[in-house]
Amino acid sequence: MQDEPTPIELTKAVADFLRNDITPLVSGHQAFKLRVAINILDLVTRQLTQEEESDAKEVERLRALLGIDGSVADLNRALAERIAKGEVDLATPGLAEHLWQTTMDKLAVDQPNYASYKRELGRDG
Amino acid sequence: MIEAELSRSVARWCEGATGVTGAAKLSGGASQETWRFDIAHPDGPIGAILRRSPKGYGAAPTRAAGLAAEAQLMQLAFEAGVPSPRVMHVLTPDENLGTGFIMQRVEGETIARKILRDDEYAAARPRLARQIGGVLAGLHKLPQDKLPELRSRSATQEISEFERDYRSLNWPKPVFELALRWLRDHDPGPSAETTLVHGDFRNGNLIIGADGVRAVLDWELAHLGDPMEDLGWVCVNSWRFGEIDKPVGGFGTREELFAGYEAAGRKVVPSRVKFWEVMGTLRWGIMCGGMMQRFREGPDHSMERAMIGRRASETEIDLLRLLAPRGG
Repeated sequence: MQDEPTPIELTKAVADFLRNDITPLVSGHQAFKLRVAINILDLVTRQLTQEEESDAKEVERLRALLGIDGSVADLNRALAERIAKGEVDLATPGLAEHLWQTTMDKLAVDQPNYASYKRELGRDG
Repeated sequence: MIEAELSRSVARWCEGATGVTGAAKLSGGASQETWRFDIAHPDGPIGAILRRSPKGYGAAPTRAAGLAAEAQLMQLAFEAGVPSPRVMHVLTPDENLGTGFIMQRVEGETIARKILRDDEYAAARPRLARQIGGVLAGLHKLPQDKLPELRSRSATQEISEFERDYRSLNWPKPVFELALRWLRDHDPGPSAETTLVHGDFRNGNLIIGADGVRAVLDWELAHLGDPMEDLGWVCVNSWRFGEIDKPVGGFGTREELFAGYEAAGRKVVPSRVKFWEVMGTLRWGIMCGGMMQRFREGPDHSMERAMIGRRASETEIDLLRLLAPRGG
């Protein structure tokens, strides 16, 4: 077990420092790069916060869909192969729901401001 | 310094030119650069743009038409009244500037977020979708016997090519697999006619002013194929920048686009447009994967490239919205 503070606390601290203390000091192309850097740290923080739970649920759904066990990466590879072979498609019970949930969980980390995501999130509510 | 070479070049083909000032690089990958500069002239400065592959970067990527073809297409478009910059000069080897061409600079905006939000473009916005239809019709009507040599691709060949690109990434994505199956199942077959296709007609490659579209840029992916491809690509959600209910670049509706296209005497096949919109969404998703791979393997280890890799999930949600929409 690693010591504390946790990675989430550390990335947040760095992002806040860059956002609050450094942003006012830089301009032009460096300011643009700084915004990208802060976005990366925010994304990593969201991933560290959400990944464990969303991966566990994804594995659970994939096991039910495929009837096999494995890591989240293995199971995704297996699902991709079955879709490619035509063994599984949108008529397969649970597939559309699984892909929607998995994709929504990805967007929650990658791009929570993406307009399509916000629209679909509204549907869930 | 590039200004010395440019000054020698303009002295040869621009009558009265006395030199070049203000050369600045606007963008540049390893193989293609864009520069802006002014030609000093007794009648006043002439704004110009240089597009070139620097010396030693002659080889174009397989999908690219090449800068010589690009210059020829822009000139043809200009002559046919399609908004396009005037090509002033095609570089020759003895000018020591690499390969490429110089065109007249068209003033205006290419940054989509500004065009979609700033007051300056408020009057133009409601007209753009229809106008874009007319521009595409003009582009698809360019005389084929005058076109440079271009690659020709059917929908079937394009699906195979994107599938190969995707598989080479070793990046298993169930949503992309689903899209590939859908594309195979809905392959519309050879189109009734083959025309010039711009290949990258979208927000970012259009110069827009308060009066509307002023120029179509970046013809490097031009090819021969199904004209509906351009109509589908301009509708891909990734170029709407948040205006998701206005499919045509965030400006307006498909109906307006189609009306502008048909008013210029060409016919729309909506099912083909939808096919190319799905294809285009997957294409951008696979391109994001390519960016991720280049970030990982170098030489461009930039944060921006890394983050574009993370935008593939945007295309996944858009593909699901197209192929497995949820109620209401």
